[in-house]
Amino acid sequence: MSRTFVGMPKFQVGARHALADTQLRRNLAHATRTIRAKRGAVVGEVADWEELRVKGAEAKDRVLSNLDTYLVELEARLVEAGATVHWARDAAEANGIVVDLVKATGADEVVKVKSMATVEIELNQALEAAGIAAWETDLAELIVQLGDDLPSHILVPAIHRNRAEVREIFLREMGKVGRPAPEGLTDEPPRLAEAARLHLREKFLRAKVAVSGANFAIAETGTLVVVESEGNGRMCLTLPDTLISVVGIEKLLPTWDDLGVFLQLLPRSSTGERMNPYTSMWTGRTEEDGPQDVHVVLVDNGRTNVLADVVGRQALRCIRCSACLNVCPVYERVGGKAYGSVYPGPIGAVLGPQLRGRQGKLEQSLPYASTLCGACFDVCPVRIELPDLLVHLRTRVVDDHRGGLPSAEALTMRAGAFTLSRADRLEKAQNAATGVGHLLRGRASLGRVPWPLSAWSEARDVPAPPRHTFRQWWAKREGGRG
Amino acid sequence: MNAREAILERVRTALQAPGSHAARTDGPQPTSAGLPVPTSREEILDLFADRVADYRSVVERTGSGSQAAAVARALSGHGVHRVVVPRGLDDDWVQALTRVGIEVTAEGDISEHALLESVDAVVTTATVGIATTGTIVLDHAGGQGARRLTLVPDLHLIVVRADQVVATVPEAVTRLREAVLAGRPLTWISGPSATSDIELDRVEGVHGPRTLHVLLVEG
Amino acid sequence: MSAVRVALFATCFNDTMWPSTPKAVVTLLERLGCTVEFPRAQTCCGQMFTNTGYAAEAVPLVRSFVDVFGSYDAVVVPSGSCTGSVREQHAGLARRAGDPGLEAAVEAVTPKVHELSEFLVDVLGVTDVGAYFPHRVTYHPTCHSLRMIRVGDRPLRLLRAVRGIDLVDLPAAEECCGFGGTFAMKNADVSIAMGSDKARHVRETGAEVLIAGDNSCLAHIGGLLERQRAGVRTMHLAEVLAATEEDPS
Ligand code: SF4
Repeated sequence: MSRTFVGMPKFQVGARHALADTQLRRNLAHATRTIRAKRGAVVGEVADWEELRVKGAEAKDRVLSNLDTYLVELEARLVEAGATVHWARDAAEANGIVVDLVKATGADEVVKVKSMATVEIELNQALEAAGIAAWETDLAELIVQLGDDLPSHILVPAIHRNRAEVREIFLREMGKVGRPAPEGLTDEPPRLAEAARLHLREKFLRAKVAVSGANFAIAETGTLVVVESEGNGRMCLTLPDTLISVVGIEKLLPTWDDLGVFLQLLPRSSTGERMNPYTSMWTGRTEEDGPQDVHVVLVDNGRTNVLADVVGRQALRCIRCSACLNVCPVYERVGGKAYGSVYPGPIGAVLGPQLRGRQGKLEQSLPYASTLCGACFDVCPVRIELPDLLVHLRTRVVDDHRGGLPSAEALTMRAGAFTLSRADRLEKAQNAATGVGHLLRGRASLGRVPWPLSAWSEARDVPAPPRHTFRQWWAKREGGRG
Repeated sequence: MNAREAILERVRTALQAPGSHAARTDGPQPTSAGLPVPTSREEILDLFADRVADYRSVVERTGSGSQAAAVARALSGHGVHRVVVPRGLDDDWVQALTRVGIEVTAEGDISEHALLESVDAVVTTATVGIATTGTIVLDHAGGQGARRLTLVPDLHLIVVRADQVVATVPEAVTRLREAVLAGRPLTWISGPSATSDIELDRVEGVHGPRTLHVLLVEG
Repeated sequence: MSAVRVALFATCFNDTMWPSTPKAVVTLLERLGCTVEFPRAQTCCGQMFTNTGYAAEAVPLVRSFVDVFGSYDAVVVPSGSCTGSVREQHAGLARRAGDPGLEAAVEAVTPKVHELSEFLVDVLGVTDVGAYFPHRVTYHPTCHSLRMIRVGDRPLRLLRAVRGIDLVDLPAAEECCGFGGTFAMKNADVSIAMGSDKARHVRETGAEVLIAGDNSCLAHIGGLLERQRAGVRTMHLAEVLAATEEDPS
């Protein structure tokens, strides 16, 4: 039933589809604009915001450059606190662990808190294949799941759906998997939220097993942290007997005190709130409170590849706030699906090729899905140099192709570099161009032109070359003086 | 090699990769100077009350002598018939609730989660309040109930003492260290349950309590 | 007072396609008392190669840049993105090439490289350059000027001091126009979608002239405006600042 991201076309194809969907573009533009304004307002309240960003980056770098030590420390604290720790090299291994744990409880369903890591490893599909139903409980995830759809945003996965579409999905699908939507459901968001509350309540109260992710895992204390708004997270983390948390190995924070920085950075960057409604923290098992069978699955799934790239490593600082998506002009116009994974926008364009490798066409095209405008770096709460990383990965993609048959682009680039490496060669090329300029007798632009400039001139006029280059003018002027 | 050893080995190998990266040092110009963080007790409490109210929670300030009456009055005001009270809650409060005719269920009498659905409200104390964010933190010790208690009922009345309120998030984190080291779970609450998942329109009340009533006790 | 001696880095794009911009820089700087030199061996900063992933191809251009400009006290560039390429990317390219000599040379030259508005405001210390431009204009702060080299409000301060000018705010000014170098071709659909929004904002201002500090962005937005027959001209900041009552551009 749930769709996956496998075999996505390269970015341009997805982008073209998205651009043609006017409803999608309206929804996206409205949503990103709203959230940008909210973020701007609450970030502006914090006098030492830039200092906080530096501290956030430093804390994450501290973890990353001593990751082995911190992982072992986290494991020790968790075990002391009564949790069981599992390690998974890749998605298949992580899914296997979770499926076995659920089967051992005898349950045939789990409730889930929104977790990027579990979407990344496609846990729902694995559970389904094992005959276990996985119920997404975050409102947006529920909309995506019921609509048999793909998520398109980190924070608001159903950002591409408007209220009328949500109502239709609820009316059509809820009854098939549980309590149906109330009769006479309108498309007002409070009514839609109420429908979700009623639909999910019976699942929360009966669930024996929950699956979560974690926003932070604190090495010093063994504490896991989940940041949320709706209370579905609290339900999942509190009511079932068994709790399985799937945590990427980059989610660690060194010390308890570091949390003070991140609980300022994350909500303001993410939902644009001073603080999100609910944050849950738990340290292993608590006597007579919450799940008594507590598991943590530490997942690599490509993260150590990212770590091995000294430049690319900083992408692992990401706290999945989605601020970079919301300011990205490319994301705003094409939405999340074109990026072909659960991580869209600038961070997705950087993480995708690093986590999954650069063999696929999509992964090769992702680093180019940006104008390098730099808006993402300015909002990133952990100062990930996204534009520089995109350029770094472009270089990797180009270097991967060296040695084989050069592409038309590679040949053009080589010829260009050859011409530009010496002024006399440049002058020769310029003389050819100004020759055209003379023929055009001062026309300002060329309108439409043939390939390869046609990609440009489809919608934009091409400026005509001038009759003189600057250096010709300069030479004449100097000559006149001398 | 098992998965644990394999991952740790990969991490160690990755960290030996040669080269370095010169980090950028620039940043955007702050667009505003930011708001000053209050320092006096008075300002901190005022800001706390403001920020809690900003989430569309109900905020009331009361003197320490009249806490029990304030608790009972607040719940009556919301039309509550049945309330669940955590272990260790002040007995005076329980009596005041009974006096105004509210049926009181003790935490210990809730066996099934579903039973919590039949109560209208829960009353608890808190551990820390944070002024700049309007946040209240429970560590679920005596008077605050196990986590499920404050989750299922539709109304949560929290009594926060003025001396529990700090100005900033890092101060709160420092105060909470002991509870965490003791293995206590924490719940940070900033307003009622909410979602903005449909067209970024904020809706209060999804799964957690739809009404949050905060009693700030001074003196 | 001895004249400030500056080297003009025209940039290969301006030199070839928009010579009126470096000409305007010469006019302007000479009017302000500078001695301008144009080292003829200059070519290109390598930005297009670097940003498309052709770092190896860009390295010789970095070498040539330091050779040509290493001996000057100040280098002025009428392009925010080429300035950014030199200041923010050359060091990384030199490091990548594993050439410590080149790295040192880059480190020595980059602090002397100024984008035009930076040079005027910070080095010459002027905001009123004596320009006259009696038109309704709007200003697009290109991304690399804004977020790579962080020129801040320098261009606006310079424009506000121009006599006769009617400077109107551009809505959503800080948003990218969608040019992005080879992005404009590789992702032409998205690029045009972004540029169309920018062009719409420009038209909303009712300005006759759109001004920016980068001709490449102007060519993209201008190309769209022209196709729409919007009746809005584009002009580089240098050309506006060079215009006077006696010698309008
Ligand atoms: S890269 Fe930065 S801005 Fe983007 S989601 Fe991650 S932390 Fe947030």
